[in-house]
Amino acid sequence: MAMFSQNPTMNGPNYSFSDTPRAAAPEGAREHRFDPYTDNGGSTLAIAGADFTIMAGDTRLTSGYSINSRYHPKVFKIGGTTADQSDATIALSVVGFAADGEALKERLDAICKMYQYRHGKPMSVKACAQRLSTVLYQKRFFPYYAYAILGGLDEEGKGAVYSYDPVGSYEREQCRAGGAAASLIMPFLDNQVNFKNQYIPGSGEGHALQERERKPLSRNEVETLVKDAFDGAVERHIEVGDGLQMMIITKDGIQEVTLPLKRD
Amino acid sequence: MSSPFSINGGACVAMVGKDCVAIACDLRLGLQALTVSNNFPKVFQYGEHVFLGLTGLATDVATVSDLFRYKVNMYRLREERAIAPRTFANLVSSSLYERRFGPYFVSPVVAGLDPKTGEPFICGFDSIGCIDFAKDFIVSGTASDQLFGMCESLWEPNLPAEDLFETISQALLNAVDRDALSGWGAHVYIIEKDKVTKRLLKGRQD
Amino acid sequence: MPGFDFSNYNRNAALHARGVPLPKATSTGTTIVGCIYDGGVVIAADTRATSGPIVADKNCEKLHYISPNIWCAGAGTAADTEFTTALISSQLELHSLSTGRKPRVVTCMTLLKQHLFRYQGYIGAYLVVAGVDPTGTHLFTVHAHGSTDKLPYVTMGSGSLAAMSVFETQWRPNLTQEDAVKLCSDAILSGIFNDLGSGSNVDVAIITKEKTTLKRNYIKPNERTQKLKSYKFARGTTNVLNEKIIHKADLGNFVTVEEISVTGPGDKMEVDA
Repeated sequence: MAMFSQNPTMNGPNYSFSDTPRAAAPEGAREHRFDPYTDNGGSTLAIAGADFTIMAGDTRLTSGYSINSRYHPKVFKIGGTTADQSDATIALSVVGFAADGEALKERLDAICKMYQYRHGKPMSVKACAQRLSTVLYQKRFFPYYAYAILGGLDEEGKGAVYSYDPVGSYEREQCRAGGAAASLIMPFLDNQVNFKNQYIPGSGEGHALQERERKPLSRNEVETLVKDAFDGAVERHIEVGDGLQMMIITKDGIQEVTLPLKRD
Repeated sequence: MSSPFSINGGACVAMVGKDCVAIACDLRLGLQALTVSNNFPKVFQYGEHVFLGLTGLATDVATVSDLFRYKVNMYRLREERAIAPRTFANLVSSSLYERRFGPYFVSPVVAGLDPKTGEPFICGFDSIGCIDFAKDFIVSGTASDQLFGMCESLWEPNLPAEDLFETISQALLNAVDRDALSGWGAHVYIIEKDKVTKRLLKGRQD
Repeated sequence: MPGFDFSNYNRNAALHARGVPLPKATSTGTTIVGCIYDGGVVIAADTRATSGPIVADKNCEKLHYISPNIWCAGAGTAADTEFTTALISSQLELHSLSTGRKPRVVTCMTLLKQHLFRYQGYIGAYLVVAGVDPTGTHLFTVHAHGSTDKLPYVTMGSGSLAAMSVFETQWRPNLTQEDAVKLCSDAILSGIFNDLGSGSNVDVAIITKEKTTLKRNYIKPNERTQKLKSYKFARGTTNVLNEKIIHKADLGNFVTVEEISVTGPGDKMEVDA
């Protein structure tokens, strides 16, 4: 029985919601364990448009029932040549274990910078995506506990989103939600970005009905979707809230926007 | 063995509209990853305007739905009137709490209209009978997270019956497509004062 | 008391022994507080109910009625707080009817603790009991195992530390009613914003010798912002394969009604052989 009436910090070490401690070990058995991971909650989201990509994440950092920070960014610019990353063209979002996310971001950023110095040109998203997969797989048996999403513009200038599992399996997609509220946001994206399960009214009967065709969304439409998706997630997931950080990647660079979310 | 709530899979959702309510369920019955049936409805009718959705362990879904058929029939004979949704909700709650220390593995959802005022009524329960009175929507089943996300963004107040149907259907279909244990078609009931409409939806068969 | 039905217990215990986890009950993650002032007592609660990390109910009621002058705030397993308070409320009503006296807070607290102690903590109800009776103003906490405390200000639930920090910095003796309400609602707000298990609105109940005032949603600091867009679909967007409409007027077609007259044909029932 889940009894949350007392603060978890009082009853021993904190645990993530998806990995509650086992109630009892077998008689006489004592287990010594190394628990290097924590789930710091939060959620991320990325949508690719015709000539832009929007990456977003909430800014809450949690452990157990506590809020550790109300402003801890999850989306980062990658591979800029200056300290403020003002000339970066790629963004990376990480969610899961914050320390691993941070380490992964630093690693990928250093890799992109090294590439720039060696080759005299910025790394393409495609190359960066493949490199990120390698970085993750190199730690196959002691993984970075982080769900990464990489966003940018491809060689043709189209929006590109690459999503990853913690050990480097990746795929290019139109849109992807990650983290604690991924299961809440993803079906909404299927429905509103790819128009899944939508048909054209009056175009036929029963099985002959025509599916609604997907068309690329405008930047404003996508920003609206992102805000509404997060507002919904904040209502129903306790680990999501405080702030919404959005990065809009276009050919003119990366624009960053921060909006308020509910703080309860 | 996994949790009894996710052996058979299934999803259910109820929503309030303008002078109407809607309740919908998927049709899958599975044994872990193996689908056994694509015709296992999880919504049951207990009166003109009283509906119960049941997700969870299929054997308990069948047992509990029969148990309430019996209890509602006994109520009708004793009281010589049909049961109201709110009364039915309290019956469900106390029946589940009676088994506090050996619960049925079900997450019920009640939807209906008040027989006197026609006022919409929905509520949900946990497996030991704690009632969740909501003014907007109730979700249950293995796709409950997905349904929460869909409903929270799609639902709006005072939808007429026709629009409520589209909203609840889209919420359910897109939610179950992101849950491996739910789907395979859906039933949707739109309950209005003078009529009840039941529709079978086309959904992915994987 | 009719008692619980344990007929599924063995089945579920056998399943549990094979590694099946226990069902996830709705838990009122919760911040609840209570505070005595000169002339009465105030209790307050947040309104979030959770199931794991998901918010199951955004505006639930955690202040439970016991008797007109005794109210209870509940944390822990939601169903247990709901039914335990209802059970004790009923017992107290009958007790008050048979003794012809107003129910007392200590009586309520004793009934609660004896009930909870009998169930050895398996009934997961953590309660703040408050009220005014002929013997004075009282405030208690009751834990699921049956232990109780009597204090001038109390907090319980996952937000208890956040709320207690407010009491420990701001509480002083001889508060007025306004001060007590402000202090309690500030304590709840601190739970709402700093504890993930608590959220949404503040409910307050003020109990005095004369009357009880329940202020449902006394503060609503977390109203949902307007959606940027309406997600209404064009009618006909969903693919329907089959449709059946039952009109109330047609319902008669499925039933045949036969009038049976009392003095109709047929033999009279034989009473004696």
